Amino acid sequence: MVMTSEQAVEAAALASKPRSPWADARRRFFRNKAALAGLAILVFVVGFALFGNSLAQWSNEELDYNVMGQIVELGGPSFASGHYFGTDDLGRDLFARTVQGTQISLAVGLVGALIACVVGTLYGAVAGYFGGRTDNIMMRLVDIFMAVPYMFVLILLLVMYGRSITILFAGIGLISWMEMARIVRGQTLTIKGREFVEAARATGVSAPIIILRHIVPNLLGVIAVYATLLVPLMILTESFISFLGLGVQEPLTSLGALISEGAGTIAYGTTWQLGFPLLFFCLTLFGLFFVGDGLRDALDPKDR
Amino acid sequence: MSLLQIENLSVTFDGDDGPVHAVNDLSLAIDRGETLGIVGESGSGKSQTAFSVMGLLAPNGRTEGSVRFDGQELLGAEPKLLNRIRAERIAMIFQDPMTSLNPYMRISKQMTEVLTLHQGMSKRAALAESVRMLDAVKIPAAKERIRLFPHEFSGGMRQRVMIAMSLLCKPDLLIADEPTTALDVTVQAQIMDLLGDLQQDFGMATILITHDLGVVAGFCERVLVLYGGRVMEQGPTEPLFAEPTHPYTRGLLDAVPRVDDADAAMKAIPGNPPNMAAPPEGCPFRPRCGFAGEDCRVMPPLAPFAQSRARACQRPVAEVTA
Amino acid sequence: MSPLLSVRDLDVKFQITRPGDMPWTRPRYLHAVNGVDFDLEPGKTLGVVGESGCGKSTLARGLIQMVPATGQVLWRGETDLLSLSPRRMKPFRSEIQMVFQDPLASLNPRMTLGRIIAEPLATHRPDISASERRRRVAGMMERVGLLPQMINRYPHEFSGGQCQRIGIARALIAEPKLLICDEPVSALDVSIQAQVVELLKELQRDLGLAMIFIAHDLSVVKNISDEVMVLFLGRIMEKAPKAQLYDNPQHPYTQALLSAVPIPDPVAERAKRIVPMTGDMPSPMNPPSGCVFRGRCPRAQEDCARIVPQPEGGVHRVACLHPGPLQAGEVA
Repeated sequence: MVMTSEQAVEAAALASKPRSPWADARRRFFRNKAALAGLAILVFVVGFALFGNSLAQWSNEELDYNVMGQIVELGGPSFASGHYFGTDDLGRDLFARTVQGTQISLAVGLVGALIACVVGTLYGAVAGYFGGRTDNIMMRLVDIFMAVPYMFVLILLLVMYGRSITILFAGIGLISWMEMARIVRGQTLTIKGREFVEAARATGVSAPIIILRHIVPNLLGVIAVYATLLVPLMILTESFISFLGLGVQEPLTSLGALISEGAGTIAYGTTWQLGFPLLFFCLTLFGLFFVGDGLRDALDPKDR
Repeated sequence: MSLLQIENLSVTFDGDDGPVHAVNDLSLAIDRGETLGIVGESGSGKSQTAFSVMGLLAPNGRTEGSVRFDGQELLGAEPKLLNRIRAERIAMIFQDPMTSLNPYMRISKQMTEVLTLHQGMSKRAALAESVRMLDAVKIPAAKERIRLFPHEFSGGMRQRVMIAMSLLCKPDLLIADEPTTALDVTVQAQIMDLLGDLQQDFGMATILITHDLGVVAGFCERVLVLYGGRVMEQGPTEPLFAEPTHPYTRGLLDAVPRVDDADAAMKAIPGNPPNMAAPPEGCPFRPRCGFAGEDCRVMPPLAPFAQSRARACQRPVAEVTA
Repeated sequence: MSPLLSVRDLDVKFQITRPGDMPWTRPRYLHAVNGVDFDLEPGKTLGVVGESGCGKSTLARGLIQMVPATGQVLWRGETDLLSLSPRRMKPFRSEIQMVFQDPLASLNPRMTLGRIIAEPLATHRPDISASERRRRVAGMMERVGLLPQMINRYPHEFSGGQCQRIGIARALIAEPKLLICDEPVSALDVSIQAQVVELLKELQRDLGLAMIFIAHDLSVVKNISDEVMVLFLGRIMEKAPKAQLYDNPQHPYTQALLSAVPIPDPVAERAKRIVPMTGDMPSPMNPPSGCVFRGRCPRAQEDCARIVPQPEGGVHRVACLHPGPLQAGEVA
């Protein structure tokens, strides 16, 4: 093939690196200052959860007998005593407990979101792609599940199988995928009408491969965005259950549990007991919110 | 004085990958009652030219140069003035009428609103005038149909409604941006026929923006050929079609199949349209031009060469082949 | 030569459900394709023209069971494609490939060129090694005018014309016998249309492909087809070898269509006379009795409402009770 000057120009242009849609999205994301700030906050919170314990002077279970009974006077945040965030009402180090609470809350959020992503995406994509009766039955099933008050089911589960963190994870996973399934199904309906899916069908590509190769990769943007919204939702759900006394059990704790404890004792003037857990709770939510927003802008530039 | 005079218009968009020069140094003039065709392929800047006249550029677009309508500068004009001119003196119709019709409002409401708002007509008079206008665009049973919602019309009928709406204020200038591209050929023929009749009756100047050379051939007195945001050639329709001198115009005419021709050969122009974020140096058509040489690395000015014709080319077809 | 594809009495009906329909509501049908038949010989091109909603795209999809169709689609005179289960249909899908209208939308934005083009090969010839597959993809890319180094690029980096070349490469990689092109050039610029049409003709010549070329643009169809079929509301109006259909159209609809095509020549275009079509496009949900075109036909008479005209005649078939060349009084 002889190269025309035009093709030579083209060839020169091709010398640059191929730009996948993901690379483009990454570029847009990193140009978004709010999203970067959100990411920085998240990195900080995750770092705090992972490595905070190595900074702590006290373990989360140890009681500081020096401050016990004089929490208001002596339990405040101080470097001298090693209680950076002060102590809780029983004289336990609040810094260590906040680290642990953040760990548990993030884990609950991540597990819930992960289950939602995997189960919800596959369920929704299958229902949407096959359509017709399959779709009808699968989505009506979701409707029925959603009509059942999930808190009731969750409480029942926790009562039946005992209050363990595994059951809590299982329960949260059980409810989190349904909304995702609905969203994914809706998106699948639009994607399956696109010509590239039709092209694959016309070629004889089998349905599972079409779903995994053509539909799911084009859904990842929506999934990623929704997942970042789902994490705070899961954290809130866990907090509420913990508040009811059915969630994480002592000596384990979560941000929700710490906040509710802190809120209970605020009348005595121990503001730090509410303040620090709340700060990390808010930081996590803000971070996720900004990252989710940035992801949406980066992945769907047309929607801006 | 021309009704619309565009001088050295440049439109630049700030994109993710740096500036995109959609229109470069474009000048044109249209007199009252004249029909001008702007022909170009996608990315030629033909729609952006119209948008900058109407002040409808996307927010990341910047304009330079001058656009004077009836002596008034429109670029950088007060939004209030622009609004008034847009409402009363310049009308625009688009490829997809649904983009400018409100789907939740009856046609009657959308049409009379224009008149009561801008011309202070009473509701009753406005309705009568609207029905008259729907009659003018040959919508049967206009009196009843004016009560319908936009989606209750077919594509061709919707475009007629759009035309009727744009004519309500008896504009001096009508800009039609690909008005028939979304329509079937038989409907296209009807709409172009209608536009021709209305143009005669109302005597408004009309700019027809299209990629379809056949539509231009039937409708326009004068043609402007755009490529890569620049004017390649302009002139009266008949000589321009009969003897295209710019290699691009020539190539375009050879590329269109003709239904009335025995062999209807389509001669392709090699290559791809220019990437406007990184346009070729000099003449934008150079990489695809069969006549191009080193001198084409400098963009030639649009220079007159015959009776009201002009072209921007270092190596026009006539001289190369002669 | 025996026909490659022989279609008899092809019907496509869609069941229309409206919101609020109960399971026992009597279903309503949209008859998108109605009694279409034609033969297609190897290496030949059948052009299918008609306005939007005439069923031309549905016809193409009905042939390869992308939409439920009834009738007979005989492949090489042996196999009725419509009688096959999806599993038994699969091998035939590599023999019949499609090129789509929107060049960019028909390519998965998350896949590289190499993977897009290789997909039919990977689906139908899993026995071919990855390196051999890559070699064939590179060869096919060169064949359709794409540079080999583009293989790791993504579709959004290309112009419309290049994307259509990618679509053509994908369609041809599995060495089909029949290529169905559904409006392959209508989304492209004029100068690019000609490139793609030339490429398709060249490939057809070299590979002996049969083609069904669907378009609304009569001049493009004229350029590429051996035979042309005109559809209106899912029915054949006229079908004839190219020269006869364009020079001597017999059906008033064909005449109206042809007269409406704008000619890129100011003198000819302004001298041209159009056959006016009255009335609106009839609804496919509720087609008129008799001839479906009669509501818009300048020649319609009383018998047109009673009798459904069948496409009759040998090579030049016309479905009209009052066929004939254009009359002087019929133009505007």
